Amino acid sequence: MSVIEEPLPETDVKKSAAPSTKGADDVRTGGWVVRITIAVIVILWLIPTVGVLVTSFRPEALVDSTGWWTALAHPFRAAEWTVENYRLALNEGFGNAFLNSLAVTIPSTVIPITIAAFAAYAFSWMHFKGRDVLFIVVVALLVVPLQMAIIPILRLYNEGATVGRLIVFPKLDLVGTFLGVWIAHTGFGLPLAIYLLRNFIGALPSSIIESARIDGADHFTIFWRLVVPLSVPALAAFAIFQFLWVWNDLLVAYVFLGGTDETSVLTVALRNLVGARGENWHLLTAAAFISMALPLIVFFALQKYFVRGLTAGAVKG
Amino acid sequence: MREPVTGDEVALEPPSPGGNAVLFLLRLLSALLIPVVGFTVMWAAFDFLRDENANRILIVVIAIVVGVGGVLFLYWAMNRAVDALPARFREGVRPYVFVGPALVILGVFLVYPVISTILTAFKDAQGENFVGLDNFRFVFTDPNMLTAIRNTFGWIILVTIFAVGIGLAFATLADRLHRGEAFAKSMIFLPLAISFAGASITWQLIYSFRPEGFGTNIGLLNGIMIGLGQNPVAWLGLEPWNNLLLMVIMVWMQTGFAMVVLSAAIKAIPDEIIEAARIDGASEMQVFRKVIVPSILPTIAVVTTYMVINAMKVFDIVFVQPANAEANGTVVIAERMIRWFFLNGNDGRGAAIAIILFVAVIPVMIWNVRRFREQEEER
Repeated sequence: MSVIEEPLPETDVKKSAAPSTKGADDVRTGGWVVRITIAVIVILWLIPTVGVLVTSFRPEALVDSTGWWTALAHPFRAAEWTVENYRLALNEGFGNAFLNSLAVTIPSTVIPITIAAFAAYAFSWMHFKGRDVLFIVVVALLVVPLQMAIIPILRLYNEGATVGRLIVFPKLDLVGTFLGVWIAHTGFGLPLAIYLLRNFIGALPSSIIESARIDGADHFTIFWRLVVPLSVPALAAFAIFQFLWVWNDLLVAYVFLGGTDETSVLTVALRNLVGARGENWHLLTAAAFISMALPLIVFFALQKYFVRGLTAGAVKG
Repeated sequence: MREPVTGDEVALEPPSPGGNAVLFLLRLLSALLIPVVGFTVMWAAFDFLRDENANRILIVVIAIVVGVGGVLFLYWAMNRAVDALPARFREGVRPYVFVGPALVILGVFLVYPVISTILTAFKDAQGENFVGLDNFRFVFTDPNMLTAIRNTFGWIILVTIFAVGIGLAFATLADRLHRGEAFAKSMIFLPLAISFAGASITWQLIYSFRPEGFGTNIGLLNGIMIGLGQNPVAWLGLEPWNNLLLMVIMVWMQTGFAMVVLSAAIKAIPDEIIEAARIDGASEMQVFRKVIVPSILPTIAVVTTYMVINAMKVFDIVFVQPANAEANGTVVIAERMIRWFFLNGNDGRGAAIAIILFVAVIPVMIWNVRRFREQEEER
């Protein structure tokens, strides 16, 4: 690895053109130094995931008596592998939890995007009193810790809220309902959604919007026919982000849906499994892999949008 | 930023004082109507479904239809309703149809909680009687709280430095690969798809410890220790290093986010700038420090903010560890808050702990607002 340090001082001294020494060339063009560094980091990052994958396919007795890495020594010995763990984990109620997770995640992703897109359009292309102040408030809300909101919202759901005799928020018993979780996730996801989408929508060329207005299109038409189609990358980027967030969320689901078998989502079920079966590695790993399967599929399917969409938002600022 | 030309203002007549009040009411109404109607419809729909004990797939389908179609329809209907208003109110009200629902929801779910938590922090365990500063006295004297504050501070500093640092290094180097860049980046991003709860289980395969007589050690670290002829170690009981081991989990999870965002920013730097620096004889290190880093500084700031806030809020990683956080000294602020509020049933103390988080976040907020204003001025 000494090659890395060697050429740098050397090229520092050189003030002329033709800067290439062998090592600098290597770094610039992705030679073996770069490749090995990348490979080392990738391998380090993969070790835990490989551990889960391997363990989830090993029989209980072996999981408990030998380290997961020993299985890699003889990958073709049939007795070392099994799919039994997945069958058991799915029987543990994970099938139901999987559906619950879907029922929570999809609306919790779609609703905030719709609302945030309208707001982002207004912040970018409409004039109204207090626009800048309101936008700064939205950015400031980005940093309110979620934990801080949990307590009052829980009380709001359980008891409602009144100002004097006026009922501001009726007592609706929203705890334990999907609707309660959806609107909570919508509220918590909105600041980031508005912030990212405004960055993107505000950076659209003004000439397009202007010419549409000259042609007599109203705001709603411009938004729906022009801005939304042009913003697909940004919308997709936030969709993935919010999807990953909601799918992996433990706190909101645990507090607002509860930990019973009927309503628990995957993360809650996983936590219950850890509590109940602290050392049942074969089940825990299978369950963990079930819970990460869908996000991985979503991520790989929409990855190109994710990178491109974030680029557009992050760089224009 | 270019000022968008909309022509709304030209059409707007100067409203009379009475007209002002009407305008205000119309704006308020237009902001409130969509969330209230939307919520009521969904509440009615799902109350019905709950009684029927409907299956989840049906709920998902209805939710998507209502969530997308219904919400869009509400915006469309409100927009039409605004068209029906007298011309002098029309364009003064319309922006509030667009932005109002978001503000109402934010008000309920974020602004109201902030105010309410501040009040509760001065009240007793049941959240009823005011007790002055008692809860804050507890927060700053309880040994576990002091440990939690120390630990959270460590999380903020170390997780941010390592996640952003490794992310930046990886993004810079991966940018130079000829092949396999997308694959390499995907592998770093992969842990982001894993929940905090799942990640903790994942890492038990690395950190697990069993004392002698309780079976073979099946954690990778102890496997290595035994392979080296050493005694196995109870890693998560090893104060204060166990905190670092838990932070590794978060760095492992979050580096992917930093890397993807920073990589996108690096790709946006024009090639000519970097080539020009190289022709002037800059070393690769100089190119990185004098060209790449300054170009992507705003993005680094965004990613850093995100990491600081995430580290501040960390709760799951500590909470799902089978080891006892108090005994092992791995407590953090957010975890304390959850424990006091939900498990120990003390509203006042839970809220007071939450206030610590909120106050700690203020400098970050000021920094961001200032940065945001500077950006606006530069446009």
